[in-house]
Amino acid sequence: MLQKTLRITAAATLLLGASSAAYAAAPSDPQIAHIAYTAGSIDIAAAKQALARSHNKAVRAFAAEMLRDHAAVNDQALALVKKLHVTPEANATSAALSKDADSTLRRLSHLHGRSFDRAYASNEVAYHKTVNGALAGTLIPSANNGELKSLLQTGLTLFREHQHHAEHLAASLK
Amino acid sequence: MRALVLAGAALVACLTPASTGAKATPHTATIVVDKLAFGELPASLRVGDTVVWVNRDMFRHSATATGHFDVDLPPGAQRRMLLTKAGAFAFTCKYHPGMTGVLKVSR
Repeated sequence: MLQKTLRITAAATLLLGASSAAYAAAPSDPQIAHIAYTAGSIDIAAAKQALARSHNKAVRAFAAEMLRDHAAVNDQALALVKKLHVTPEANATSAALSKDADSTLRRLSHLHGRSFDRAYASNEVAYHKTVNGALAGTLIPSANNGELKSLLQTGLTLFREHQHHAEHLAASLK
Repeated sequence: MRALVLAGAALVACLTPASTGAKATPHTATIVVDKLAFGELPASLRVGDTVVWVNRDMFRHSATATGHFDVDLPPGAQRRMLLTKAGAFAFTCKYHPGMTGVLKVSR
């Protein structure tokens, strides 16, 4: 639990600090696009893992929702960067998110049944909370392009829904 | 359980059919779903009117009033629902529970 908390805290620090400590300046639009797409891809991978491992109806329904919604946002993001002729730019925040997510996937791959369901739900709560903080505090304020900013705002509304849903799911599994 | 008449969409539950008798001409009202929210809800719905749910969002949604109706709304979908019972029906999107509304239907 402590390790998990530390990992989430580290990711949150990177995300939330993106506009101050980690960057001399606010992240650029290509960097923001990369971070947002990476964040969505991470939750898609987590959802696929849950669909492969969980037999709990509520967990599977939640995972299917994450897969569907995040894929929709990422499809829109890809269409937008293509339209804007923007190439998403890899950056330290995206790399840290991916590294943390890989670690979480490995940890959960050793869990089964109720243990897996609880860990997945708990991680979904923490992950969405972290991403929502980053969207509201750093990514949306830093975005220059209006369409990118709008898509990020839609993403924030969606991810807040997901956070609440994940909190309900986690509570139901206690 | 008696079926709520619905053109183009399946309801899992139903409202009690009611006679529309010599009431005013039925109207059709549209409720748009976009950006994870139900749009403006019609203020003066009556039994016999039709609600058209239009999902302009990129996400799959539903209009679900447990025990009454459950309209599936994939992205871009448009579904018609005939109102057959008066009442105030609290509904939500079963995928995004923060999306809520109340459909008020009078006789």
